[in-house]
Formats: sequence, structure tokens, C-alpha cells
Amino acid sequence: MAHFKKPEEGSWTEHLKIDTEPVSYEDSISPEHYELERDAIFKRTWLNVGRVEQLPKRGSFFTKELDAAGTSLIVARGTDDEVRAFHNVCRHRGNKLVWNDFPREETSGVCRQFTCKYHAWRYDLEGKLAFVQQEQEFFDLDKSKYGLNQVHTDVWEGFIFVNLDPENTTPLREFLGEFAQGIEGYPFHKMTQAHKYRAEIGANWKLFIDAFAEFYHAPILHAGQYVSDEARKIQKYGYEALHYDIDGPHSMVSSWGGIAPPHDRSMVKPIEGALRSGLFGPWEAPDIGIETENLPPAVNPTRDKRWGMDSFVFFPNFMLLIWRPNWVLTYHYWPTSYNTHIFEATCYFVPPENAFQRLQQELAVVSFKEYGLQDGNTLEATQSMLESRAVTEFPLNDQEVLLRHLHNTARQYVSEHQQRTSGAPAAS
Amino acid sequence: MSTVFPPEFAALEPFADWAVPTETARYAKRIASTMDELDAFYAVAFPLLKSGTAYLEHVSMEGISEEDKHLLWLFCALVTVAFPVEAWRQPRVPDTGAASIDAVFEPAV
Repeated sequence: MAHFKKPEEGSWTEHLKIDTEPVSYEDSISPEHYELERDAIFKRTWLNVGRVEQLPKRGSFFTKELDAAGTSLIVARGTDDEVRAFHNVCRHRGNKLVWNDFPREETSGVCRQFTCKYHAWRYDLEGKLAFVQQEQEFFDLDKSKYGLNQVHTDVWEGFIFVNLDPENTTPLREFLGEFAQGIEGYPFHKMTQAHKYRAEIGANWKLFIDAFAEFYHAPILHAGQYVSDEARKIQKYGYEALHYDIDGPHSMVSSWGGIAPPHDRSMVKPIEGALRSGLFGPWEAPDIGIETENLPPAVNPTRDKRWGMDSFVFFPNFMLLIWRPNWVLTYHYWPTSYNTHIFEATCYFVPPENAFQRLQQELAVVSFKEYGLQDGNTLEATQSMLESRAVTEFPLNDQEVLLRHLHNTARQYVSEHQQRTSGAPAAS
Repeated sequence: MSTVFPPEFAALEPFADWAVPTETARYAKRIASTMDELDAFYAVAFPLLKSGTAYLEHVSMEGISEEDKHLLWLFCALVTVAFPVEAWRQPRVPDTGAASIDAVFEPAV
């Protein structure tokens, strides 16, 4: 029995014009397909690599390893306050320009120039080649031609995006589409208290997005997280979202939950009752200058009173979760091979004023981690058995509609890219 | 250093080794502990968290004292210890094998 109204077509999947047949996960277990995704997706779409708060002043920089795109980037704030990104490679002999101790580990800091560890070529914050060791030994070296290789960079609501395709002509905002437009104005800049986590996951990148793009699993996989009466109640009830939507390659699910404080206090664990907080965040929302009912239109799009959080999937690998108690969680999935990826999760809160608020936030963060550990390990179990190919077709239900959309979108990017590059000639 | 915590929380002194400044280290200490050790810590610390709400609400994060910092870190440890004590009945999250999710950036205090 449905607890929430579905579209008149009878299902979200049919409403969003997505087929309902069982699906194949060949796209998540094939090394060849992954190589195609690297080219078609990670070298060509806008990717979120961080936030402006990571570059607090002129000369602030961080590096970003993009294994899937086969490169490393330096992201820096210039003396003109502009945020730029460059391929992290010295123009002289190809050494990685910025790294510490371990060439494959990310780093950050503040500097006036980037100096190559190899022969001390120096580049300014705008990427211009500023100094060449023993310049007179070179042959008519025109320094203006040897600046760092810059990549397209743009900032949306404080989120820094790059696009590695030199021929990309789609502006960031156009790519991000209607959801992003409808989120604009949300006070991300007030949520500067960040807790960031990282995990190496033994599964294809899309499988972890799948895990977070449906909540059908929550009452079962995470049953132990609830007090037992609550677990039984939640399992019987199952999960239904308030609303699903797609816009081009992107998608979103709007969910109930996180009603705080819960109606029945016996249903929360003692630590949650004591700290008035939990997975959904502190029960008391901090003032962010906007009441829940006045949030930007893409947030809680149905304006449902039971609304708890929205989860946006910005293709390919950036998830943005906006929670009712005025905090934000982001997920990134950075592929490292067809069956491994780096998972990053960052919780953003309004800075706590007192120690109690700090503890409320700690409980939300640690709760996320406990759930994430369960999710991450389950994925390795899924990946290994998908790779057995003992079973090749899988039925997905209506609450898993965003999974179909993600995999369809990724396959579509690959096939369109193949058509462009295989020189498949237009019919002549 | 004779006392680590504010006087109101003197009962926590035997558990001062739980006043650990990072989530990574707090979690490591949790999974290196036995359930008996976690239960013993929880049994003393949890009632003090409950009765200490008003105190904690008056501790401003700005210019927080060393004693209050230690108290905060100990209660942060209680937050992570609450999961095995209240839910899992084992230090590790069940069915998570060798999986790990590591804090790479967190507030200084």
C-alpha cells in the first residue's frame, strides 16, 4: 500500500519515461567499458573538485588527483582573487609540479609561486612561467609560451568545477541545469564547519552512487542502527520517497524523515536523546536566514510538510544532500579502476557556538560514518558477485528509478562519444 | 597535570585517556578496546553527558579552555563509543570487515 502519492502514470519510472525491464550491470564490471567512460565522461564533463573555502586567500592552492581522467590538477586562487586550475605538470620535462613526499597524494597550502622540485622552474599563481634556471642555456626559449596548461574552471554557489576538455563549450550553469538554478541562493557560505572523510572502495563508482540514490535499502541494511521496535516498524513500512525528478543527466530524490525531535522519544537511541541529534542532524536547526518553507524552489520541491532532505545527483559523480536541519552533505566518487574508487564525503555545518552544538554535529558525522561503513563493505560483496556473471539481469523497483537513470546516462555518454570519435561518418 | 577536566566532571578523571583530539584516533581507540572497557567508559560518561547539557551549552567554542577542550574530546569519544554500546555489542560495525572510512579533515577542536 502506497503511503505517498505517485504520479498518475502509476510509477515514478514510467512518469520519467524510463523503461522498467531488468537491468544489466555489465557497465560496472567491464574494464573495457571503464576505459570508455574515462574518455567519454571524466575527460569531458564538468567535475566538482572542491569549495572556495579551501582557497581562503590569494595564493591558497590544493591539488586534486583525477585518476579517471589520467591527470592531477593544481587549483589555486590568484593574486586577482580568481580561482584557476592547471594540469599539475612542469612544462620543462614533465615532472609533477606540486606534491609532497608522495607524488600520488593530494596536498594543499599557500604560496606565491609554484616551484618545480626538479630544476626549479617557477610559475606564478596565474600559471605564467616566471623563472627558468640557467635560461641562457636554452634555445630561444619564449617563456610566454610555456605557462601551465590551464583547464576550464568555474564556480557555482562556492563549488569549484573543472572541465578537462579543451573543446568544451558548455558553460557550467547550462550543464548543471534546472536543479542547480533552483538551489541558487541556498546559504552554503554559512556552513563553513567541515568534516571530510575518504575511503577506498572495492566497487565500481556507479554502484556506490546507486547505494545512495535509493533508500529502499535503509530499513534493512541499517536495521541495527535503530532501537529494535523502531527497526521493526521501519521494515514493515519500507521506504517511499516524496518525489523523484530528472533533468538531463542529473537527478534528485526528495525524502521525508529527520523529523526532529521524533514524535516518540522511546524510538531513539540514548545518545541521540541526550544530544538531541542523529543521522539526520541536530534536532534544532541553526538560523541560516531562511525558514524551511522559504528555501530556494528546487529544495523540497513539493513543499511537503514531512520533508526531511533532498539528494541531488549531479552527473557524473557529485551528490549534494540538503537536510532539513540546515546542514549539507556532499559525496564524490572518483574512479581508480573499473572495480575501485575513492569515496569522499564532507559534512558542512554552521559553525557551532558552544560545546553542546559541537557534540550534536559530531553525532551526525559519526552516524554518517557508521552507516557509510555498512554501505561501503556491502558494495565489495556486490561487485565481486556481479563479476561472477552467474546472474546477469536484475529487476529494479520504482524506488530505484535513479539507478536506472544514472546507468542509462553513463552508457549514453559512452555511445555518443564513440559515435563522435569512431568517425562514424554521417550518412552520405 | 593533576586534573584534566573541569571540577564538575572529576568522575571522568580515570577515563582521561579517552580525551583524544581527532576522530580518527578516537575510532582507533574504540576498535582497539574490549566491550568491557567500552561499557565501563560509557557507564560513567553517559550520565555525565546527560546531566552536563547546561554546562556544555555555556562553553563557548571561541576561546575554549584546555579543560573544556578535554571534556569536549572525551564526549566526542563517547559519541563514537555509543554505537558499540547501544547498537552493535561489538567494537566494530558488523559486516564491515576491513572497510575503513577515514577522517581527512575535521575541526581543530
